[in-house]
Amino acid sequence: MKKQIVSAAFGVAVLGAATAAGAATLDDVKAKGFVQCGVSQGLPGFSNPDAAGNWTGIDVDLCRGIAAAVFGDATKVKYTPLSAKERFTALQSGEVDVLSRNTTWTMSRDTQLGLNFAGVNYYDGQGFMVRKDLGVKSALELSGASVCTNTGTTTELNVADYFRANKMEYEIVAFEKADEVVAAYDAGRCDVYTTDQSGLYAQRLKLTNPADHVVLPEVISKEPLGPVVRQGDDQWFNIVKWTHFAMINAEELGITSANVDEMKNSDNPEVKRVLGTEGEFGTALGIGNDWAYNVIKQVGNYSEVFDRNVGPDTELAISRGVNALWSKGGLQYAPPIR
Amino acid sequence: MALTESASVDDKPKVALLNDPKIRGAIIQTILVIFLAWLVWSMVHNAAFNLAKAGIASGFGFLDRSAGFDVNFSPFLEFGQTSTNWDAYLVGLQNTLILAFIGVIFATIIGFIVGVARLSQNWVISKIAYWYVEILRNIPLLLQIFIWYKGVGAFLPDKRNPMDLGFLGQLNAAGLFAPKPVFADGAGVVGWALLAGIVITIFIGRWASARQMKTGERFPVFWTGLGLIVLLPVLSYFIMGMPISAEYPVTGNFGPRGGMQVIPEFIAMLLALSLYTAAFIAEIVRAGILAVNKGQSEASAALGLRRGPALRLVVVPQAMRVIIPPLTSQYLNLTKNSSLAVAIAYPDLTAMFAGTALNTVGQAVEILLMTMLTYLAISLLTSTFMNWYNKRMALVER
Amino acid sequence: MSEIDSQTAMDRADTGALEIAYVREQMEHPRPAPASEVGVMGWMRKNLFDGWFNTALTLIAIWLLYLILPGIIQFNFIDAVWTSIVDGENIERRACATIAQGGIQPDGWHGACWPYIGAYFKQFVFGRYPDELLWRPIAVFVLFFAGLIPMAIPSVPFKRENIIYMTLVFPVAAFILLTGGNLDYNGFLLPDSMIGEGFTKFWIDYIILTAIVCGIAWVLARSTDSNPKGPVLTALAIMAGLAVILLLTMVDFGLRYVETSQWGGFLMTLVIAVTGIAASLPLGIVLALGRRSQMPIVRLLSVIFIEFWRGVPLITVLFMSSVLLPLFLPDGVSFDKLLRALIGVALFSAAYMAEVVRGGLQAIPKGQYEGAMALGLSYWQMTQKIILPQALKIVIPGIVNTFIGLFKDTTLVSIIGLLDFLGMINSSHSDSSWATPVQAITSYIFCAAVFWVFCYAMARYSNYMERRLDTGHR
Repeated sequence: MKKQIVSAAFGVAVLGAATAAGAATLDDVKAKGFVQCGVSQGLPGFSNPDAAGNWTGIDVDLCRGIAAAVFGDATKVKYTPLSAKERFTALQSGEVDVLSRNTTWTMSRDTQLGLNFAGVNYYDGQGFMVRKDLGVKSALELSGASVCTNTGTTTELNVADYFRANKMEYEIVAFEKADEVVAAYDAGRCDVYTTDQSGLYAQRLKLTNPADHVVLPEVISKEPLGPVVRQGDDQWFNIVKWTHFAMINAEELGITSANVDEMKNSDNPEVKRVLGTEGEFGTALGIGNDWAYNVIKQVGNYSEVFDRNVGPDTELAISRGVNALWSKGGLQYAPPIR
Repeated sequence: MALTESASVDDKPKVALLNDPKIRGAIIQTILVIFLAWLVWSMVHNAAFNLAKAGIASGFGFLDRSAGFDVNFSPFLEFGQTSTNWDAYLVGLQNTLILAFIGVIFATIIGFIVGVARLSQNWVISKIAYWYVEILRNIPLLLQIFIWYKGVGAFLPDKRNPMDLGFLGQLNAAGLFAPKPVFADGAGVVGWALLAGIVITIFIGRWASARQMKTGERFPVFWTGLGLIVLLPVLSYFIMGMPISAEYPVTGNFGPRGGMQVIPEFIAMLLALSLYTAAFIAEIVRAGILAVNKGQSEASAALGLRRGPALRLVVVPQAMRVIIPPLTSQYLNLTKNSSLAVAIAYPDLTAMFAGTALNTVGQAVEILLMTMLTYLAISLLTSTFMNWYNKRMALVER
Repeated sequence: MSEIDSQTAMDRADTGALEIAYVREQMEHPRPAPASEVGVMGWMRKNLFDGWFNTALTLIAIWLLYLILPGIIQFNFIDAVWTSIVDGENIERRACATIAQGGIQPDGWHGACWPYIGAYFKQFVFGRYPDELLWRPIAVFVLFFAGLIPMAIPSVPFKRENIIYMTLVFPVAAFILLTGGNLDYNGFLLPDSMIGEGFTKFWIDYIILTAIVCGIAWVLARSTDSNPKGPVLTALAIMAGLAVILLLTMVDFGLRYVETSQWGGFLMTLVIAVTGIAASLPLGIVLALGRRSQMPIVRLLSVIFIEFWRGVPLITVLFMSSVLLPLFLPDGVSFDKLLRALIGVALFSAAYMAEVVRGGLQAIPKGQYEGAMALGLSYWQMTQKIILPQALKIVIPGIVNTFIGLFKDTTLVSIIGLLDFLGMINSSHSDSSWATPVQAITSYIFCAAVFWVFCYAMARYSNYMERRLDTGHR
């Protein structure tokens, strides 16, 4: 599947930045030796670079998990920061192998954009943030407010639906980049900032005076955020999907990065199947049998990832809520490995 | 046989086919066309293949689908719940044209003032004009937009403590809340009176210049016209019982409400675009005036014209011939530069259609093609119009 | 007075009394001009207070300056914060915030926050280029200006060597320094089935390509009855030169690979502007020649190309190159984000460059063309030896102006998410440790000052060249 025309090949050679994405993503990933992962341009807790250029966050940890599953080495990832506009084309054109960029799963994205959502690694909902001194207690008091949001995201569509449904007037101010939205809200251009609730908590850290702002209780939409792959490559789709499921299963079974080595000697057949000491599940995916072991060992199970990046002890201080395991009243549920 | 022999007798090398310029040209052009056709074909083929592989929808069906998003600035067109992506395109185009139109007017006025000021004998004025031009045109436009929007905008008062501008309304971080004219019954009469005033003035102007041509007598067209244009509407306004009133913004929960809100994005874009373009127009005006033969102004001075009338009646009309072609390209630049609105969320064509609509629909090929062709059409139409105008000017000057 | 004097003198002459005591034999010493006409006062009267209208203008202007200038000086210097270190501790944003905003400044304070620029200076200049490798972009800057300055000064000798340095040595050196070199080439002509991808395959492909190019040169030369030796040797030399450059980029200099996503700041602005102009100049020349060509299809295609790019805004071009270009490439090939933006910028500025060059071509007197043709020169000989050297010389100011425009327009890449100078500045605003109301304006003032200095200097240079080059013509 390598139909390279001469001119293109020269162009590629010139910057040495060819990413060959043929039919089998796994083969390409193995050939180039790293996973190219599309992430956000900076959203604390999800995918955010520090001053040294190291990326952290839930979405980033999923990418690291995929690398651990494929290579047994979670560091073999490269990140491409993408704007909301670029993200789908970047995936479609093969610039990135997987898009893990707090992207909402919707039907039209599944059917019209040629994408596949490989699960939900964070159940979110859209919320509103306002200044405390406005004295607003509920989103239903927002009639006549101006609302800052990101352009072309589901949030912009949701807020339109919400205000129309409740017959409230509002003024929408939509920016291309998340940073610009925050800056405009901070500068007083808008009364309300709306995005996914997790994003509100994350972006609040960037405001001049975070304590002056409050997130309203209403959640006006369902925002299942998850990793996205191209359609038509079921093997790669499975790898991404099961990397996520492995983390959830590990939490359910009590396997953590700390005890994973001990658990390898466990008699529990479920644990054995997860860690690859029984069955050939990894081989069936086209990767090593110890894939899930590597994911858990190097990245951790879902609760470790959650707590490390957005949990109560971080600056974002988000509780598990709907992201708790199904057995604890949440929505995170993984099919069994068997 | 004979031919070959004669050739060898002349000892002339047989002329290569490629040395015939006509044939060579034909061959080169054929190769070029084939190459380009191949390039276009491979691009289309690749795009079709990539789109099909990714399962992306194509075609223009999305234009009829409901857009789903909202817009905060649409002076003339309605945009609401049932609006389609095509409506989004129209609203974007409308906002681009409004911005470009007002920007062109402002830029022209400021540009002419600064351009003439640079040639002023007043040292302070000409130095100010010089530094205006040199500073404004050597700073990137996008940066100037940000300076107006984020830099200066940051000093605007909070939404709930707006700056009171008296009869102009209120100004705050969410924009200018100007009074909105409210038309009651009979307001139409005032409009017609205004129109009538303008039409009559035009006729008087024609009659006056014809009379001046014939008899040399002058008629105070300006003052008569001003009187007509002001008096007629004012009279009808009072006769109809004051049908036009202004709706002033009132204070709501979230700062001023009602009135006519001019969003800060529009103000920032307008300021940046017109001030930046004015710097270039000023240089064009200066060059145009300098290009007029010195004898012209000397002759008008000799005829006893003062500097003002000499400039207005003799120099500028001649300078216009030099000024108009580059002025056209500045107008086009301003129109194209209005697309930078995408950086600060003014919903113009690029932000609204190639931004928001593209992000929700995802059909990049169709949307970007439509956007680019629209700008191209605007450019071509404007330059055609200005060429026509330029021709007319040139003929009048004969 | 003088009238009466002459009258009396005439009277005397009439009466015959020829007393010429009234005829001056020496020039009277000119009286000094009245105090109101010379010196500062005179100059002011003439230039500032000449008539009520001018006086009013002057006063209004001075009043305007009085309103604006002190405020600017106050903000940038007097009220500005120069250090964020208070009592040996770096208090960052608190140094530039009022008490109400949680800082140390009195309420109502406005001033530039220079320590923030200082803290981000490295990022503004180099982006997120790794700290320990900063010597590489610095070396590129030094190499660039070391080549540019002597080239820009007309009196410095060795222009030829200088041009070779700037067009060949510098780009390769800069490329290797910035990326790290050490590239892999996999081959491009032969199908994979013959030889596996890799070093050998690439060079076998390259040799085949060289043979094909030489063959074409030979065929062309033969079919136009010229001596094939020259063209073939030229083709061979070009291919060999290219091979050397490719080889150099393959050598492992022990430099670490730095992804383009780590470049940024002023470095990226310069990379885009310089690459854009370097790529658009040859393309623009070809297009300009095409537009004046005798061949109708070539002319038509050139006109369409030029007018299309000139008719659309750069930002849509950048959107196209960042979103559409990947779709137009064959399956499995994708370009680096920076490279895509460069392609868009180069195509866009090539159209403008073409118009500049066309202006130069039109300015060449017809006699030059006729003279060249009369000497029996071919089209390419004429273009290369007679027309272009003259035309390009005339349009140097135009090229510099196009470069200024391009330099300013590079800021647009920040909209498509590249972290150029302006993009880096905007991205620094999201750092909460420096977030204050004066942060944005401070950084924009800094950015504007840098751009202004460069653009103004280039504009002055362009003016200077215009005056210098003006002598030879008309």
